[in-house]
Amino acid sequence: MNDHVAGVTNVVLAGLGGQGVIKASDILADAALRAGFDVKKAEVHGMSQRGGSVTSDVRFGAKVLSPMVPRGEADFLVVLAASEIEVARPLLRPGGVLLPPDLVPESALPNKRSLNVALLGALSPHLDIPVEALLDAIRAALPERLHAVNERAFELGRTLAAQQVKMP
Amino acid sequence: MDRQLLSGDEAVALAALHAGVALGTGYPGTPSTEILERFSELGGRAQWAPNEKVALEVGLGAAFGNSRTLVTMKHVGLNVAADPLFTSAYTGVSGALIVVTADDPGMSSSQNEQDNRRYAIAAGLPMIEPADSQEAYDFFFTAVEMSERWKIPVLYRMTTRVCHSKSVVVAGSPDGRAAGGGAASAPAPHFEHEISARVMIPANARPAHRRLRAKLAEIAAWGESDEAAAVNRVEPGSGGHGTGTRHSLGIIASGVSCLHAAEAAPGAVILKIGLVNPLPVERARVFATSVDRVVVVEEGDPVIADSLRAAGIALESKAEMYRFGELDVARVRRILAGDTSVEPAPARGKPPELCPACPYHTVYGTLRKQDCIVAGDIGCYTLGVLPPYQAMDTCVAMGASIGVGLGLRHVLPPDEARRVVSVIGDSTFVHSGISGLVEMAYNPPATGHVVLILDNGTTAMTGQQEHAGTGRTLDHLPTNKLSIEAVASAVGIGSVTVIDPYADPEGFERLLLERLAAPELSVIVARRPCVLAAADIRKWEQQAAEFRAQAAPQAAFDLPLEAQ
Repeated sequence: MNDHVAGVTNVVLAGLGGQGVIKASDILADAALRAGFDVKKAEVHGMSQRGGSVTSDVRFGAKVLSPMVPRGEADFLVVLAASEIEVARPLLRPGGVLLPPDLVPESALPNKRSLNVALLGALSPHLDIPVEALLDAIRAALPERLHAVNERAFELGRTLAAQQVKMP
Repeated sequence: MDRQLLSGDEAVALAALHAGVALGTGYPGTPSTEILERFSELGGRAQWAPNEKVALEVGLGAAFGNSRTLVTMKHVGLNVAADPLFTSAYTGVSGALIVVTADDPGMSSSQNEQDNRRYAIAAGLPMIEPADSQEAYDFFFTAVEMSERWKIPVLYRMTTRVCHSKSVVVAGSPDGRAAGGGAASAPAPHFEHEISARVMIPANARPAHRRLRAKLAEIAAWGESDEAAAVNRVEPGSGGHGTGTRHSLGIIASGVSCLHAAEAAPGAVILKIGLVNPLPVERARVFATSVDRVVVVEEGDPVIADSLRAAGIALESKAEMYRFGELDVARVRRILAGDTSVEPAPARGKPPELCPACPYHTVYGTLRKQDCIVAGDIGCYTLGVLPPYQAMDTCVAMGASIGVGLGLRHVLPPDEARRVVSVIGDSTFVHSGISGLVEMAYNPPATGHVVLILDNGTTAMTGQQEHAGTGRTLDHLPTNKLSIEAVASAVGIGSVTVIDPYADPEGFERLLLERLAAPELSVIVARRPCVLAAADIRKWEQQAAEFRAQAAPQAAFDLPLEAQ
């Protein structure tokens, strides 16, 4: 937990433009809202849409002030592109949890474009957000024809995370 | 009440709807673009203008007609709209006119980081600044009230983090906001002659300037009063020594900086300024005497610090190094600690680049191969400046490519002058390239000139918005279509050629070399739809065809299409 704002969970999602970083952070922020938390989410659009590095910050808790996760204070860093791991690592706090893209092998994904949702699944056991709120947020954010494949991706990530990471 | 997670842009759109805004107009520009898009999605009447000056003029006319009006633009757009803006302060309005200026400290997607609080001071207009999405919603009603009460345009300053960050909003019911009036209380549009107020010949403008200063004095008094307590307010921190006792640290801040400051210094008491012009100077004076130490925390220029110091208030402000870039919690901690040591380098990720299937790769490959001197412009295609092409030599302002290219042509030795090319996108051409072409025809350089218009059929950089040249309105319905080549011919450009540089790269290179060699005025329209927008464009054209099939043949938008 953050030392400066008690009870706020800080998540940073990082990747490249077009990978669904912002979609994933929209889903996470909506799930936190559904779970009753105060939520803020920040990212920079614009030039970042042209294939460059993208990060998105999601903060939730009883009361959130600044919309941006202070550098070195992310509790969780979810990275969708291997090339972005070292770029984004300084954002993580000492002892914070890194969820790299190879946590969910591309071959196991029902659709390679659902890595973003699969990594949310891998993040989900760490969070004080009910799984149902996350699944509701996924369904609200995506067209119906993509629901089944993304629910499978979410479950896959959640299962793999349970196997690979020792739960706190 | 429902809690919604909205960006600041979305919150403004919702407030505009709930406030009964009759017309929203603007020009796309990060980070302001989503306001009008969302306003339209919600059912509001929203339209893109060719540029911010025209948008503001349309908005001003609507407000002269006694309606509530919203005009949106990014910070540099206000430079384009500055001419009508300054005199609209004199004319005032009959309804309400809210002008959103979305500043971009840190330049996430802009060519400069100008601080548009200066415009409020220079034009003599009140300026409201929200800190998050809830305030972006709530303060909008305050802005409408102020605009109607004092018959004055109100500047609504947002910044990238306020526009694009999402936070929780509890909206009032559309018709139930007693304070904001709500849509139900929106005035009925009508016109009354007020010649001396709106015709700014000197005899009318002299008293108008005095009226403006009197209004500002009243607004300043309002800002100091309890009536403005929601906008200019003191937020107690946890650091007081008991009720009524002094805080050791007081912070004066506005916008998102208030939130960074509250997090960086949880014990501090904060004077949160939502009306940044005119500033609540007396509130600040009282506040400053109530704490042991007072620090102004503001992004960008030291506007608040300088103004309060000039009023004789002793305070601390940030070191010069924090004028650059946006603030965050870490930087505010450093400001409060007086830390001016070198900051950790920001993460250097992968820069943006032209999309792999962008039709402009050929264009920049050719410009580089031919060692052209490229006067560039603003849009996705500015990315041609990055490796591997590095095929752009100037990029200054919307539309500047043509004037800058002409200036170079006029003075360079002929061998160099003949290598100069102006490169501009379709939306940018419509925005402010046309008058550059008029100049080119009127004062042609001895070596001629070549203007390359990259027409990908959309305002791609800001997220594929329509413009007059696409022939579709903001909500993608058919309207009159501006023909770039017809405009070029009409202003007197002798050689106008349309080519698809993606389908025919060799033909494009031959054409460019031929036009560079000719001492004539040339426009080359390199036309190929943006790869990101192509599927949507096909869908909208299909819709338009169906729409036309159903509409009466004499519909206005049909005439030019049938004439082709």
